[in-house]
Amino acid sequence: MSRPTRRGLLAGGTALLAAPGLARAQAEPLKIGLILPMTGPFASTGRQIDAATRAWLRTNGEVQAGRRLEILLRDDGGVQPDTTRRLAQELVVRDKVKVLAGFGLTPLALATAPIATEAKLPMVVMAAATAIIPQRSPYILRTSFTLPQVTAPIAEWAARNGIRSAATLVTDFAPGHDAEGVFKARFAAAGGRMALELRSPLRNPDYAPFLQRVKDAKPDALFIFCPSGEGAAIMKQFQERGLKEAGIKLIGTGDVMDDDILNSFGPDALGTITSHHYSAAHDSPENAAFTAAFRAVAPNMRPNFMAVGGWDGMTLIAESLKAANDTDGDKLLAAMKGRSWLSPRGPVTIAAETRDITQDVYIRRVESREGQLWNLEFDRIAQVAA
Amino acid sequence: MRYAAEVALWLLALGSYWLFPDYLGLLAQVWIAALFAVSLDLLVGYAGVVTLGHAAFFGLGAYVAGILAVQGWGEPFSGLLLAGLAAALLGLLTAPLVLRGGELAGLMVTLGLALMLYEAANKAAFLTGGADGLQGVEIWPLFGRFRFDLYGRIAFLYALGVLFLCFMALRFLVATPFGLALRGIRGNALRMAAIGTPVRRRLMAAYAVSAGVAGLAGALLAQTAQFVSLDVLAFHRSAEGLLMLLIGGLGALYGAVLGAAAFTVAHHLLAEMTPQFWEFWIGAALVMLVMLGRGGMLGLLRRLGR
Repeated sequence: MSRPTRRGLLAGGTALLAAPGLARAQAEPLKIGLILPMTGPFASTGRQIDAATRAWLRTNGEVQAGRRLEILLRDDGGVQPDTTRRLAQELVVRDKVKVLAGFGLTPLALATAPIATEAKLPMVVMAAATAIIPQRSPYILRTSFTLPQVTAPIAEWAARNGIRSAATLVTDFAPGHDAEGVFKARFAAAGGRMALELRSPLRNPDYAPFLQRVKDAKPDALFIFCPSGEGAAIMKQFQERGLKEAGIKLIGTGDVMDDDILNSFGPDALGTITSHHYSAAHDSPENAAFTAAFRAVAPNMRPNFMAVGGWDGMTLIAESLKAANDTDGDKLLAAMKGRSWLSPRGPVTIAAETRDITQDVYIRRVESREGQLWNLEFDRIAQVAA
Repeated sequence: MRYAAEVALWLLALGSYWLFPDYLGLLAQVWIAALFAVSLDLLVGYAGVVTLGHAAFFGLGAYVAGILAVQGWGEPFSGLLLAGLAAALLGLLTAPLVLRGGELAGLMVTLGLALMLYEAANKAAFLTGGADGLQGVEIWPLFGRFRFDLYGRIAFLYALGVLFLCFMALRFLVATPFGLALRGIRGNALRMAAIGTPVRRRLMAAYAVSAGVAGLAGALLAQTAQFVSLDVLAFHRSAEGLLMLLIGGLGALYGAVLGAAAFTVAHHLLAEMTPQFWEFWIGAALVMLVMLGRGGMLGLLRRLGR
């Protein structure tokens, strides 16, 4: 257990020395319970967000609005929703956190939703992307993205760019169903034909048989969606099975061409077209500052869309704290709703009504630059609502 | 002396409500794990039927209780009872398959059945929520008055109460001629048959009772967590149950409770300290216990007490 009082005083004292103008520097710290998968199959999500939150604190300072932001990090392993829920409960009851944050995957966020409702604390979803999540509690807000939000643009882009038939391969869980449904609807509405719809299991998937079926069906393009980290396995099989030679284009949401692991795909990934809300190659001063801050904390990683979700989650919490000037859950929540800011990914807004994020979505192509692979943005759909 | 120790143990369990008010959620999980371990002990420790698929009954109980609540029947006691009955029924139906072959074949059947149930729950997403888990489980207040609260107070008392009642029932059961017959069968099934014990029927009954109690444990988890995920049917739950038995001491109901408590608490503490390596330390502790002698923690305590 930490000793908040002594550390709080120390931090407060330091802040007083550094900024004599902050009269309220000794106020109680704002504790943020950050629950992430730091181990297990989705550990990369946790590492990215953890690094981004640390980078945020280093760049912007731990003291915001006269209060120190104290992050309590917990590992839920990524696959056991009841663990996530119990950790959230302990953070609320024992550690008295004022904000819950993190949540790597949809089931983990859904299992925790009732805790946020009962404790009346804002729950900032920094990663999980199923559309329904914020509907499960009036206290849930999201700084990542939703699957429909980033899927619709690629479906419409494909139909506009000479792809007449497409197959889908999605992971068999709620975000996958989301992606499949939206792609199908938007692609068909734009005049495309669905050749094949496949779902692979969430745990221990073997993509080879699925990709073989796609090869046999010979669509113009294969749309894929999978949790961040699984993309490497699909790419490898896609190449080994010779789908590229068969003239099948690989398209998908940006999760698959995850910046964190993109370089490990090698030249095979070149030319893959995806739609997403964030690329580490995004050209803006905010993104340059973000990537530099991230690298200072994690020199061996490239920030990906998970990291930007974590960074923006911290921005949302800190800005709302400044606006509310209170740590009360309902007041923080009220300050969070409708908040807009300039994120490393571009302008974003937490829609007051849905508590979900409105943001620009980009169409990107994998290209090589200075010996590294990047998702270079070449088209933009402005302010897509979640 | 023996009764005094028993009473002290249960008082300690109840007292932990006031001793660790910040850990009630974790303690409720301890009682649930203990109930699961006790059910497994009846089967493995007393009847000598080894299983790798006990999570099937735990999971079925959890899903029955969870789905009942989602469909609008959130009364905890009747949900608990129905879940237990459903699990016992599944136990009764599958017992002939498990008891048919030899020991190893039976072991594989238990594993296979659990895997089948896991996949079935995964595929029946319209009913179980699939890999996303079952959402919207709303349990009505206990006795119509005590709402399951954020601090886990009611969950703690409810789980401990159910554990106590089931434990006492099983303790009575293993002392009856039926329980003695089970121990005899574990010792030598052929000889028991020769003295006129219907071995198969006894084992089937033991299997069904054990399954039912495991179902109760699963229902407790579903009702206190108000959420059910596929994880309740996962293989590691069966394996962890066996680990708890080994840690606590096989063939002694209190050993199961001790083992479950030690395992759950150690898991929690180690996972908080070293998230990546907690399994290593559990493994090390297990090897140590085996090296120190048979009978797990309970065996150790007995030798120390002598």
